[in-house]
Amino acid sequence: MSTYIDVDALTKVVLVSLLVGAGIPAVFALGVRALAPVEGGTSRSGVRVGAAVLCFAVCLAAVAYGVYRLVATGGH
Amino acid sequence: MTGLPLLVVVVVTALAFDFTNGFHDTANAMATSIATGALRPRVAVALSAVLNVVGAFLSLTVAATIAKGIVDQDVVTLSVVFGGLVGGILWNLVTWYFGLPSSSSHALIGGLVGAVLVAAGASGVEWAGLISKVIIPAVIAPVAAGLVALCGTWLVYRITRGLAGAERGREFRLGQIGSASLVSLAHGTNDAQKTMGIILLALIASGELPQDAGVPDWVVIACACAIGLGTYLGGWRVIRTLGKGLVDIESPQGLAAETSSAAVILVSSHFGYPLSTTHVASGSILGSGVGRRTPVRWGTARRMVVAWLVTLPAAAAVGASAEAVSRALGAAGNVVVLVALVLAATAIYLRSRRAPVDRHNVNDEWDEQAQRPAAPAMA
Repeated sequence: MSTYIDVDALTKVVLVSLLVGAGIPAVFALGVRALAPVEGGTSRSGVRVGAAVLCFAVCLAAVAYGVYRLVATGGH
Repeated sequence: MTGLPLLVVVVVTALAFDFTNGFHDTANAMATSIATGALRPRVAVALSAVLNVVGAFLSLTVAATIAKGIVDQDVVTLSVVFGGLVGGILWNLVTWYFGLPSSSSHALIGGLVGAVLVAAGASGVEWAGLISKVIIPAVIAPVAAGLVALCGTWLVYRITRGLAGAERGREFRLGQIGSASLVSLAHGTNDAQKTMGIILLALIASGELPQDAGVPDWVVIACACAIGLGTYLGGWRVIRTLGKGLVDIESPQGLAAETSSAAVILVSSHFGYPLSTTHVASGSILGSGVGRRTPVRWGTARRMVVAWLVTLPAAAAVGASAEAVSRALGAAGNVVVLVALVLAATAIYLRSRRAPVDRHNVNDEWDEQAQRPAAPAMA
């Protein structure tokens, strides 16, 4: 079967996809969590807002890198 | 038909295929956003259309090849390309009628393989390439994307557990739109380029352009418009199946599914192992449902898998018939095939009007019972 399957490329595809494809939504969710009102607290603290901004910035950077890859390689 | 008339017919048919490619695949990017209400249906298809057009202009690394490594490039004549396109278009329309997300690339490759089999026999097909570049990736794509979406969805719900209204949160809807947009952009870049490559090949083969020519501007513009228009008209039947028929989708889950799709599509092309957008998107949505531990309508999933299995041979049968007719009837053959294609497309469209799916009823409750009678007809 290995003549038909590029095991090396496939392993990389699955691992990197897992890291990015599951990691970015998780980072996004952390951002949402940071922005959510805390029980008992009345206002959002600066630290939490900063953490949220950082999380969303990571997600935006990932999207920007995706677009860059498309432009640079044509998706090939 | 030979010379310039055949070239014109091939170019127009290629654009028609590009159009069906667009409307068949709108669902891959936008089904989840439409299902969760993150975007109103018409806004979703308009956004996806614009991004497909932009995507088509993004890269100019268009190769004048068609199914390279899958069929022998020397036997690819204009007539073979035409047969392949006819197979691809017809199969796209049939699967759209049944609301089944099947790969447009598979349909085109199937049509070509069929036409090549008639034109050059079994030796014209590179069978090892067909298995390693088409069939095995089709098995791997939904599984890999499903796994990624499953993990992503589980993480998202684990992290936001206990948050009030997290499921309907504005942030998740925005994130969902962003990730879906990236899928649309990647689709425009990949799929519009395939049609550009076909038209460029046809122009070179007929001597209109020199061997080393780049893709002319009018080809880029025409392909971008064809895929954009197709996307805007929206394959509502397929959108409905992916958005409502497989699993019930919430915004955080839609975000995870679309991010998984975008990641798998971009990462797989980066490592030289490109996977079908349709197979990836379907796998992602299914995986996200499993990750959230909601019931999956396996009946719908089974119909989709059957459609994927049938795509290659069915499109090949159409492509082979088209090429056989072209050969048997000589000069008039391509004209007969063209007329048959137009008649069949019109018939499928008219039949679809009996139970139309559009932006008004795309999100109606899914009735599994109503789907069953369609299954034997398709299988």
